[in-house]
Amino acid sequence: MSQLSAGSLPPLDVTRAPEGGAIGPVQSGWRLAVREFAQNRLAVTGVAILLFFVLFSFVGPIFYHGNYVTSNLLATNQPPEAGFPLGTSNQGYDELALLMKGGQAALEVGFFSAAVAIIIGALYGAISGLVGGFLDAVLMRIVDVFLSIPFLFIVLIVAVRYGASVLSLSLLIGAFSWLVPARLVRGEVLTLRVRDFVAAARVAGASRTRLIARHLLPNALGVVIVNVTFQVADAILYIAALGFLGFGLQWPNQDWGDLLSNGVTYLQDGYWWQVYPVGACIVLVVMACNLIGDALRDSLDVRLRRR
Amino acid sequence: MIGYILRRIGTSIVVLIGVSIFIFGLLHAIYPSPAIDVLGDRANSALVAAWNKQNGFDDPWFTQYLRYMGNLVRGNLGYSYKLNQGVSALLGEVWARSAWLSGVSLVLSVVIAIPLGVYQAIRRNTFGDYAATGLAFTVYAMPVFFLGLILIQLFALDLHWFSFEGSQSNSLLSIIVDWHAMTLPVVTLTLLTIASFSRYMRSTAMDVMAQDYIKVARAKGLPERLVLLRHLLRNACLPMVTLIGLSIPALLAGNLITETLFNYRGLGLLFYTALGNVDYNVLLAYTLIGAVLTIVGNLVADIALTVADPRIRLA
Repeated sequence: MSQLSAGSLPPLDVTRAPEGGAIGPVQSGWRLAVREFAQNRLAVTGVAILLFFVLFSFVGPIFYHGNYVTSNLLATNQPPEAGFPLGTSNQGYDELALLMKGGQAALEVGFFSAAVAIIIGALYGAISGLVGGFLDAVLMRIVDVFLSIPFLFIVLIVAVRYGASVLSLSLLIGAFSWLVPARLVRGEVLTLRVRDFVAAARVAGASRTRLIARHLLPNALGVVIVNVTFQVADAILYIAALGFLGFGLQWPNQDWGDLLSNGVTYLQDGYWWQVYPVGACIVLVVMACNLIGDALRDSLDVRLRRR
Repeated sequence: MIGYILRRIGTSIVVLIGVSIFIFGLLHAIYPSPAIDVLGDRANSALVAAWNKQNGFDDPWFTQYLRYMGNLVRGNLGYSYKLNQGVSALLGEVWARSAWLSGVSLVLSVVIAIPLGVYQAIRRNTFGDYAATGLAFTVYAMPVFFLGLILIQLFALDLHWFSFEGSQSNSLLSIIVDWHAMTLPVVTLTLLTIASFSRYMRSTAMDVMAQDYIKVARAKGLPERLVLLRHLLRNACLPMVTLIGLSIPALLAGNLITETLFNYRGLGLLFYTALGNVDYNVLLAYTLIGAVLTIVGNLVADIALTVADPRIRLA
């Protein structure tokens, strides 16, 4: 019945839609995913929180000039008041300015290290999945080896020697967290490579590089994007832990973990402004990333997506 | 099944060798020799070279690796130049304290997380579910030390219910009975673990609830209590086994920070002190122990799952 030639039909009258319900325009998977995401209230909250902290950390210092450079012994441990909206630290630094500076480092390390991890992981996983066979087995055993290493221990050991700057910490954390993305992308590529469009590209003479770059990675992008958000959250928690243990960023960089560990000393003196605002910052940013990640996973998950 | 288990053990041994080579190589690259730490900052290069030669630190690193592994098999983990004591003896002194803290927390979190996850799955989208999810989500986003801090502020400084410091006793027995000092560290580590376990447990329980055998069990008139206990709980627990195996590195990291925060002298605090002192042999030994625990934990989890789940056993 569908074999009727197009020429024998009258031209389609678009104003007269067929009975039996409205037919929406064909939408791309990405647009559907975005709509699905925007309908998730928690996800939008997560984006709003993250956006707030980006503005707070990077635009905030333009408008708010607090002192975090020279210690001021006449104004140590001041509670929040007119001159210092969030009080001062044990060295008389302005807590609000410190929070902004610490936020910069946290977000930078979070995104840089996630980028490093994702780039290494995606390429590694794509090659492993596409080539398969013996090389795949060897590459995946190497991932097993790395996954068995207690991550924090190694990062701490290396950070004691090479920590200190945003770049080095990002590289360090990224270099040890590409394992999960590598596994995810490999799994994705394994299911993709037997699909017809990949076979078609191969028949058309596409090289392996082109297959990976044009066909496999773009289709595995969903899992990668979801993973990026969790990587950012984990990296922020990691540098907070490093800072708290005293092996984080060095002056003039500030990190939230370090601020918190300074505040702990004064916990029993009741200097709450040195502890709870910075703790809340860490929790909020990490939670925002996790919320976005969860929502993205739901909206990109093909099984759940409405068609 | 025996074949699978043997193959699985074989892979684990290969991974174990790979891990030990990597960790040894990395630490060796960062800290080639403890000579300066032993001889002092002002030792001249001839002295350092002589000391390196005498103690075998000028050999190729792979020779050093083989020698280290040879000693390790005989129970000798090297010498801590900072603490003037054998590393094996140092670890022997404190391992039981860490095992107690981590063990109790792990058991508690499993015992709490499983029913919690099942409860959330049954009462899905009710207030109780939302409250538990929200709480788990918040704790999950919290650094361990901040969680511990809040507990210290609340229960030690404000309410005076518990001590703000872990037990300092040397005898394990007195640590076990000293709940006044041990409650906060145990609760910190437990909450942290529950937060990640209960999320998985909830989604697993929801998957199981949608299975046909649950419908069959209900259709044949089984009381709901038995449906939950015999069919849902048993099946939902299986992925937990794998999850526990996989979360060992996270547990060790949590243990490290909890022990540091509560000044509880265990393996984690020993490692932390060694970081500050650059105590090479202690760092190496504990990192290796962590890797071995992870590998053995995953192996045991896989084997336990094979034994427990006929679907995997027969496949």
